[in-house]
Amino acid sequence: MIALFFRDLKLSVRAGGGAMIGVLFFMTVVAVIPFGVGPDLNLLARIGPAILWIGALLASLLGLDRLFQAEREDGSLDLIMMQETPLLLAVLVKCAAHWTATGLPLVIASPFLGLFMNMDEGAIGATMVTLLAGTPAITFIGAVGAAVAVALPRGGLLVSILVLPLAIPVLIFGVSAVYAAIEDPAPFLPPFMILIAITLFFGVIGPVAAAAALRHSAD
Amino acid sequence: MSESSLAIRKFSDLANPTRFLALADRVLPWLAALTLLVFAVGLWLSFATEGDYQQGETVRIMYVHVPSAWLSMMCYTVMAISALGTLVWRHPLADVSARAAAPIGACFTFLALVTGSLWGKPMWGTWWVWDARLTSVFVLFLMYLGLIALNRAMDDPSRSARVSAVLILVGFVNIPIIKFSVEWWNTLHQPASVIRLDGPTIDPEFLRPLIVMAIAFTLLFFTLHIAAMRNEIWRRRVASLRRQAARNAGREQLSP
Amino acid sequence: MRLMAEGLSARRGEDLIFNDISFALAAGEALVVTGPNGAGKSTLLRVVAGLLEPESGRVRLEGGPWGFEHPRELSHYLGHRNAMKRELTVEENLTFWQRFLGDSPGGSGIDLVEAAEAVGLAEIIHLPFGYLSAGQQRRMAMAKLIVAFRPIWLLDEPTAALDVSADRLFAGLVAAHLDRGGIVVAATHQPLGLAGAKSLEMTGFVH
Repeated sequence: MIALFFRDLKLSVRAGGGAMIGVLFFMTVVAVIPFGVGPDLNLLARIGPAILWIGALLASLLGLDRLFQAEREDGSLDLIMMQETPLLLAVLVKCAAHWTATGLPLVIASPFLGLFMNMDEGAIGATMVTLLAGTPAITFIGAVGAAVAVALPRGGLLVSILVLPLAIPVLIFGVSAVYAAIEDPAPFLPPFMILIAITLFFGVIGPVAAAAALRHSAD
Repeated sequence: MSESSLAIRKFSDLANPTRFLALADRVLPWLAALTLLVFAVGLWLSFATEGDYQQGETVRIMYVHVPSAWLSMMCYTVMAISALGTLVWRHPLADVSARAAAPIGACFTFLALVTGSLWGKPMWGTWWVWDARLTSVFVLFLMYLGLIALNRAMDDPSRSARVSAVLILVGFVNIPIIKFSVEWWNTLHQPASVIRLDGPTIDPEFLRPLIVMAIAFTLLFFTLHIAAMRNEIWRRRVASLRRQAARNAGREQLSP
Repeated sequence: MRLMAEGLSARRGEDLIFNDISFALAAGEALVVTGPNGAGKSTLLRVVAGLLEPESGRVRLEGGPWGFEHPRELSHYLGHRNAMKRELTVEENLTFWQRFLGDSPGGSGIDLVEAAEAVGLAEIIHLPFGYLSAGQQRRMAMAKLIVAFRPIWLLDEPTAALDVSADRLFAGLVAAHLDRGGIVVAATHQPLGLAGAKSLEMTGFVH
């Protein structure tokens, strides 16, 4: 299982891997927002956390469609499904590797983009913590979409369409936790705890559902 | 290998990667030494001159910031010329040059952005403003990163050369448009609070170290560029040797 | 240990691919499945590998190690595709499968350099898998069969991209596996050169 983790990690940083593309997409999305809403620093500081969250959400959807499709195309998926280690566990490990390669860089890049949004230190810290807690949930939900779309020839866009609505709760509680941290009256912990609960919940549901979908899509 | 070197001889001698390697070997040490020397002088001048009465010590950031900003643009120009060389003259080194320049350009742009925001924090009270000039440099940085990602995504250099050359040229044509539209966007929205970089004319006290540093940075760019081109040629040779090894492998034991 | 298939039939979509196929293989025996294209050779192998549910009948293992009732976890499956990543080196690929698959009870895989030597390509394991030609890639996929021990080999068109000498080399690998008490099921329309192999001719349905 550790072997699978490191193989996926290696694949994502080799040429053609998606690790760098996600961060780049994140930066680009966040960078074009001010062109739309204008360069008013106060406004940007106010909507900054939301923009970072939406950007991270979109960026973490990017490489998801290849999560199982690449394995299927070269036949590795068959071998992974035949093993005595449950498929569930293999899916979980693949999700973990995918998050480490694409989700974690987003979390690390978010403070720099926060500076561009003129956010203060508290807001940047809160955004980073909530992203750290919330992006794994997006990967887990995305794994379900990727598993469902694995047999489709052009599943890429479909995965995003399938996954985005399911990721709305993550966005809601992630963003509200950040705003709770910045604005005084609202407490930070309740939305943050719910966010962590969502992540843990999807950490169970996601691999189970993805493994089931993979089993049934075999032909 | 022999086929390509035959074809290359019809162009000028420089076009031959082997000649280029020989030339680079001879030039590089001198260029590197010269760069170090000018840097030493430039840095000494930078720290020896007095600080500005308004900006204090932070004015010294300018001696790094301005040259790197200038190089970020020059590097893209070099890439655009190389792209032209790839598409029009099919110069075999042009693609190598464009590919080698992209990461260097990204680094200089990054340096310009970082030093700019380090300077901006005490001056403007914020790390970043969406000033037209800053924004353009940031867009340039994103373009560099995109090109690097494109180069990395295609492992076959002969195929990726044309494609990325087209993209570089489109980007080059686009730069004035981006610059113009960003300025328009900025004046459309901008509350008049931002202090512009291009203030009053610069005192000769600051101009001298600035010019020396600019020369030093330019020399640094050429040193790095030539070294990176050399590495790129070597990398391609290693790749083709490895492919050759793959082709030859297993023949001798198996053929009875 | 015996590998038994009892009254297997399989369906793909609406179409019945094959019906009522049975065989039994003891340790050291090989089964060569032949037949025209579309006769269901690949489907049969995927059913035996547990990747497809049979429409009726079942695949089971008799006298295997404790806890293994289906041959799935005791099998190597070599499909049409090699299950190797082009971006990784051959060595990384083989190491991954060696560690990921592990050894089945009752045997152990061999070192991956030795495995690469066995397929005659020891000197290029440091190269990315994508650099190799189709035949070399196939041979490396065969090296995968011996880096981790599995008593049962399920081979789907194993020699499709191979030249004559590699063919012979592969027949040697299979023979060695049978000598050690392994079981081989191979779908092919080229003779594998296995002496004493059982054979199963699939005709497919004529509609």
